[in-house]
Amino acid sequence: MALLSCQDLSLGYEGKPILEHINFEVNTGDYLCIVGENGSGKSTLMKTILGLIHPLMGKVQTGDGLRQNEIGYLPQQTVVQRDFPDSVSEIVLSGCQGRQGFRPFYSKEDKALAWENIRRMEIEPLAKRCYRELSGGQQQRVLLARALCATRKLLLLDEPVAGLDPKVTAEMYQLIADLNQKDGITVVMISHDLEAALRYATHILHIGARVYCGPVQDYLKSETGVHYLERGGYRQ
Amino acid sequence: MTLWDYLQLTFVQNALLVGVLVALCASLLGVTLVLRRFSFIGDGLSHVAFGAMAVAAVLGLSNDMLLVMPVTILCAVLLLAAGSNAKVKGDASVAMISVGALAVGYLLMNLFPPSGKSNISGDVCTTLFGGTSILTLKSVEVWLSIGLSIVVVAFFIFFYHKIFAVTFDESFAAATGAKTRLYNLLIAVIIAVVIVLSMKLVGSLLISALVVFPALSAMRVFKSFRAVSICAACISVFCAVVGILVAAAFGTPVGSTIVVADIAVFGLFTLAGFVRAR
Repeated sequence: MALLSCQDLSLGYEGKPILEHINFEVNTGDYLCIVGENGSGKSTLMKTILGLIHPLMGKVQTGDGLRQNEIGYLPQQTVVQRDFPDSVSEIVLSGCQGRQGFRPFYSKEDKALAWENIRRMEIEPLAKRCYRELSGGQQQRVLLARALCATRKLLLLDEPVAGLDPKVTAEMYQLIADLNQKDGITVVMISHDLEAALRYATHILHIGARVYCGPVQDYLKSETGVHYLERGGYRQ
Repeated sequence: MTLWDYLQLTFVQNALLVGVLVALCASLLGVTLVLRRFSFIGDGLSHVAFGAMAVAAVLGLSNDMLLVMPVTILCAVLLLAAGSNAKVKGDASVAMISVGALAVGYLLMNLFPPSGKSNISGDVCTTLFGGTSILTLKSVEVWLSIGLSIVVVAFFIFFYHKIFAVTFDESFAAATGAKTRLYNLLIAVIIAVVIVLSMKLVGSLLISALVVFPALSAMRVFKSFRAVSICAACISVFCAVVGILVAAAFGTPVGSTIVVADIAVFGLFTLAGFVRAR
């Protein structure tokens, strides 16, 4: 069974649909990029997958032993976070919160997991630093480490490179590609950067007036893909 | 009378005890409220409580807490639990409820003056600015404050990591399975209780100061959520003690004196923050 499957999904706010009859599957090891114009419902789709918004119709199913609370999520930064007074290590540790239930404090295993992910994201020297003093790229690494505390299988990333400079953007993409290829973590990412999406992703989900879901190679040949690439100024 | 003589008086001891406890609770909650851009909720909810008190007075209820507490809790839940999905966003909804309740309360008190009270503006002034009601506490109120403070502090300690997670990133916490709605609800109920309690101390208008100043002062200097929380609690307790003693010794209004102490500490911490950044 697929790790994640959406069947006849319609989503939107207050009964008004933004997207209707979406069907797609994500299998273990995939790297899926969600592309589409602004306002096409990419973030709404991601929030629906996460269970933050209820779908208007259809359902989201997890398989392969993945539970709903085992999805790692990297949201877009909020105003609150930008000046939050806290240390990097505690923020990473908060990724374990979902498994806590009503236990008030973190266990030794939780702390070990947090440190493992701090090392994995190469932010050890920053562990005691204050989050609001870090650069944009460093903050994204912290949030990625936190997301990894919540999952071993599936990461959902909402525009992880927004606002980063080209060098840091490239590093971030490489980091995500490594997680996908070396650690076998399935990645679902919203992206505006079509070039990177085509280079790194194995599958594309295009949403909007036309919907496409499938491998990257086929997307380049599909009508939706060709149309979108031309509008975006990309030529093969 | 010297300061020592004042401390021998039971009502001063009571005022100190309740003042310290209420200041402690308000400052602990203040950290998460300020960070979530809900600084004005203290002001808003206290106006709601004022409106409810006016209604209780007009209805002639002997124990107005029976009306004030549920109404304030309801408004707190509506404001906080609705969160980011609300149609009227955070600051606007707080402003709306706050001003609305104040106006309705004052209007009712003028239309139907409570029997036996002729001095409406004096009454309103006392509710808004606190007056000296903290020096006339009954022993029931003292015990109630002690009990509720224990609940608030215990809640803060046991839910510390959850409050942190919900404050820092509510959607991440919800997505990974934390019961964010429940935590928001609990936080809202506790805030309402603390605010109704602290109206006794500083009055309706100055509660925001009690919530906001210690947290902001602590954030000037400290850089972790834990240090900010502990420091805010210490500042708040210190200012409450100083404020009450000064007020008792010089006959100044208790609420305003505490807030002036908070402002002074904020000034000092801002300076300290500059020095540290250099």
